[in-house]
Amino acid sequence: MIEIILYPCLAGILLALIGGPLGSFVIWQRMAYFGESIAHSALLGIAIAIFLNINMTITMLIVCCSMAAVLSQVQKRFQLSLNTLLAIMAHTSLATGLVIISLIPGFRLDINSFLFGDLLAIGKQDFILIGLVSVASFMFISNQWQKLISLAANEELAFVEGVNTNRLQLLLLLCMAIVVAIGIKAVGVLLIVSLLVIPAATSRKWVRSPEAMAALASTFGVAAVLAGLTMSYYADTPAGPSIVAIAGFMYFFSQLFLLLKK
Amino acid sequence: MSEALIALRGVEVHVGSQTILSHIDLDVHPKEIVTLIGPNGAGKTTLVRVVLGLMKFSGTRKLKPDIKIGYMPQKLELNPQLPITVKRFLKISGANDKQLAQRMAQTGIEAIAHHPMQSVSGGELQRVLLARALVQNPELLVLDEPAQGVDVIGQAEMYSLINKIKNELGCGVLMISHDLHLVMAQTDRVICLNHHVCCHGHPDHVSHDPAFIELFGAKVSENMAPYTHHHDHEHDLHGNISHKEHAGHHHD
Repeated sequence: MIEIILYPCLAGILLALIGGPLGSFVIWQRMAYFGESIAHSALLGIAIAIFLNINMTITMLIVCCSMAAVLSQVQKRFQLSLNTLLAIMAHTSLATGLVIISLIPGFRLDINSFLFGDLLAIGKQDFILIGLVSVASFMFISNQWQKLISLAANEELAFVEGVNTNRLQLLLLLCMAIVVAIGIKAVGVLLIVSLLVIPAATSRKWVRSPEAMAALASTFGVAAVLAGLTMSYYADTPAGPSIVAIAGFMYFFSQLFLLLKK
Repeated sequence: MSEALIALRGVEVHVGSQTILSHIDLDVHPKEIVTLIGPNGAGKTTLVRVVLGLMKFSGTRKLKPDIKIGYMPQKLELNPQLPITVKRFLKISGANDKQLAQRMAQTGIEAIAHHPMQSVSGGELQRVLLARALVQNPELLVLDEPAQGVDVIGQAEMYSLINKIKNELGCGVLMISHDLHLVMAQTDRVICLNHHVCCHGHPDHVSHDPAFIELFGAKVSENMAPYTHHHDHEHDLHGNISHKEHAGHHHD
């Protein structure tokens, strides 16, 4: 019995752990839209992979990373209309993906599994891939931590003080793109973006340092994953949505608690 | 004179069809304070951003190799979602604890070291930003209106601190300031900017320049003059300048 839930559980915990620090940067750098756009482009990756009959994971990684690279350039050049451009790119890639899929004879996309993934279907191989990506992301973030904080606090000061801000920003976006791409396959668009944004937002008001925010966000994320999977196991609810719903309620209760405490 | 820390030649900045800067030559040497003055919208901040490498331009920009620059921006946009204390904000520049303690004492911000950056008041923030510019012992200090939002006593203190640090580090200082009466005594060179360099040179010289008087009026020229030394002119009761040979007053 335990084997059924073991890999999904470990995979969820790993994604929640890396989601803490990565999600904190998503909030500090106001990149939530980027996450959404990259996630939407993943569907284009899926469509291309099915159409050309090539490896889906690799195609998704390539498409998501390309999207991240394009976005970082877009961000540099068209600062004023960034949100508009992001929305256009996200929806164009999503729509193009759906059009390509419709051209494939006899194939029907299960939009549910794209949105919510199938955490409970995660096997050993998926788990190993998620593990590798999580460890690599964690190493990058901890290695560049001071510079990343400096970038988040003020990009121009960081640049003047000698940080290669353009490169660092691109690496951070690529890191996010890889985690999102790998995460979508396992847990779906909805869950991976939620695991990035919600726990980090929940922890903000409780902490006074960037490290504490990242660590507490990971903790909230892991708690949501464990609670969601438990609920899914006993009440037979879908795993992904259960985790997102619990993370969301944790956010609202945390805000409410802090409001009442004042 | 020693080698320039930064040298700009023929710098032009255009945004759309608008010319923000044209024909700018600028040098800053070690141990000298260069003050940029000019009306609002004259391109002072743009010029500073060109110096820092934050702005696209045409022309040439030569920096001393591996130069360490300290920058104090006019204002700081800090994401409210980033939990960070004053001390940590200074430390992310890569400074060590000794430098950090020294600069916090010098700028008088020890009491707020553990406060969140978002709770710091306007005047305190200026001192925090100055400390951040200083923590790495820069060779070139670039200050964009350093005393903005600071009370009058604090302003004088801030400018004398900047002068003291220049002497201590032997760094070059490029600063934008509107507080002409406070900064001129310590300034080695003034550059008066209005999209191009209207006039430049020693404060005494510049305050008499017709281009300067046209831009700022005789009143400013008069306010600026008493704080510099060795004048070669007198003022009449209305603040107009009447040149007389060797009739200058001295404030020694």
